[in-house]
Amino acid sequence: MLRYILRRLAWSVPTLLLVTFLVYIALRVGTDPVESYKRVNPRASRAKIQQYIDINGLDPNFVQGYFKWLKNFITGEWAPSIKGRREVWPALKDAMANTLRLGTAATVVGIFFGLIAGVLAALRPGGRRDVFINTSAFVGISIPPFISAILLQLLFAVYWQKWFGASLFPTSGVYPAGHTGFDLFLMLKFMALPTIIVAIQIIATYSRYMRSSLLDVLNSDYMRTARSKGISERRILIKHGMRNALIPVVTIAALDVGSIVGGLIITENIFAYPGMGLYFLKSFGEGDFPLLMPWMVVIVASILLFNLIADISYAWLDPRIRLE
Amino acid sequence: MTEKVLEIRDLRVTFDTPSGPLEAVRGIDLDVEAGELLGVVGESGSGKSVTFLATMGLLPVRARVTGSVLLAGEQLIGASNKYMRSVRGRLLSMIFQDPLSALNPVHRIGDQISEMLQSHQNLSSRDAAKRAIELLDIVGIPQPSDRAGQYPHEFSGGMRQRVIIAIAIANNPKVLIADEPTTALDVTVQAQILEVIERVQERFGTAVVLITHDLGVIARVADRVNVMYAGRNVEQGTIDSLFDHPSHPYTRGLLASLPRPGKQRLKPITGFPPNMLNPPSGCAFHTRCEFAADICKGELPNLVSFGDLQTACVRARELPKSENFA
Repeated sequence: MLRYILRRLAWSVPTLLLVTFLVYIALRVGTDPVESYKRVNPRASRAKIQQYIDINGLDPNFVQGYFKWLKNFITGEWAPSIKGRREVWPALKDAMANTLRLGTAATVVGIFFGLIAGVLAALRPGGRRDVFINTSAFVGISIPPFISAILLQLLFAVYWQKWFGASLFPTSGVYPAGHTGFDLFLMLKFMALPTIIVAIQIIATYSRYMRSSLLDVLNSDYMRTARSKGISERRILIKHGMRNALIPVVTIAALDVGSIVGGLIITENIFAYPGMGLYFLKSFGEGDFPLLMPWMVVIVASILLFNLIADISYAWLDPRIRLE
Repeated sequence: MTEKVLEIRDLRVTFDTPSGPLEAVRGIDLDVEAGELLGVVGESGSGKSVTFLATMGLLPVRARVTGSVLLAGEQLIGASNKYMRSVRGRLLSMIFQDPLSALNPVHRIGDQISEMLQSHQNLSSRDAAKRAIELLDIVGIPQPSDRAGQYPHEFSGGMRQRVIIAIAIANNPKVLIADEPTTALDVTVQAQILEVIERVQERFGTAVVLITHDLGVIARVADRVNVMYAGRNVEQGTIDSLFDHPSHPYTRGLLASLPRPGKQRLKPITGFPPNMLNPPSGCAFHTRCEFAADICKGELPNLVSFGDLQTACVRARELPKSENFA
């Protein structure tokens, strides 16, 4: 197992190189980083522009340029952002932290309630409870986050203020303007609405996954064997049913978490929540190459990492799968 | 007379289907005597599995079950779920057809046996694990202590069926119901599994009900046979008398369709099993019976003693003497 993990990690290095090379080409072709620089700094001297080209590896030859960028990236010589000449790492780090916080909260809440709803639906397929959960899940999947977000903002902020004098949840940011330091309660309050929006989607999808996975398991022969042993229904469901039904769901969940790191672009944008999604949206809009490349590296690395985690958890849950 | 461990009287099972009620079992009377091996034969849809799933209380809730099933004198039909749970696995056990899917893929073999032991006996985990290894040895699994720690996918089909037998006999039940235990297996493995079942029956005095559509299997191991057709008993008796002089036309047909040495062609029973949503009136077999007469369409025939057999055929006395299939 350890050897398998080490080998996979070793393999992820060439994968990472190849994918970042492709991303490098795509960004250069798509945004023309040198032009972006000139647009923001119209009076930049020739030497300044050359310095910008050198540190970012923007040589006319893509292969040479990529390796120059790679060397500077690895040695930590990151170019400052085009706009505002800010250090990239602190901005990226904050965005990651914000997204991880939102993503983790939404995933935990979403998967927890999603699994419960799925199990409740699967236990009496076709029953009233099943129909209710299925219908709600469909509604949840069908309403895009930019609609549900606005509806919730209206309800908890605008109308709440009208009815009760103060809004229940703030609608944008991580903290009120001018706030410094850490305040858990305030943070949770600001995170509440975006978390709910993302969690609704997760609950809706995972209740469907869990329902169909558990239904498959409940109809299997080994469940009949378990029943013929005379053990309690509760034990049959948990020890024989859930254990098997969770295998595919956990695998999908691990893959999904990997893509959440890419940011919840729509939700973050609506709530002006400074996470990875908003970071990308802003820097891409401005063609800010020095901001974009490290973001891409983080995304690719996290997807590779969570793919590995999905495979490991699959092997861990299912004895039929052995990694080597 | 020997002690009856299982007495089934007028058992009826009805399923509500979108096309109307379907009576899969239409009044079965059947006794299982202590320690015997009773064969139950019939084609697919004859109600043989449903009869015993009803006995185990394993039918889906939408099935309506009426009649009486006495297990060692205790009524099972209408008994509480709690009581049925205490019966299943302790007094009554069941082996199913497909050993490849009947074991839980994510739990170790030893644990699956221990679970059966611990749910009905007050055993520590260590004692249960020890007993599980003994059971694996009893059903003929080599290196049982190593095999107990393995998972089902590491076992062949025949070996898995042995494990399932080990689970079923773990609490030394009075009756072991084996529902087509050899159908999914190779012929050579079939013989081994039948041997294991016989060994268990002899060693522990367990009564075995062997459900099958294979008369060849019945001929090898059963003491008595019960032939079912369209949810009814059509004939029952000892294995010798049934093969010697079958009386019911359906039994004759079944026996005539068996391959035997020296026989050139198999003689099939013509026609198809009846549609149970709308079964034929009277004797359900009259649509396919070469001896059918108008009287057969009248009333449902009941089992009547005929020589040393019990036969549900109104014309049993008038029929020509059957060929000897023994």
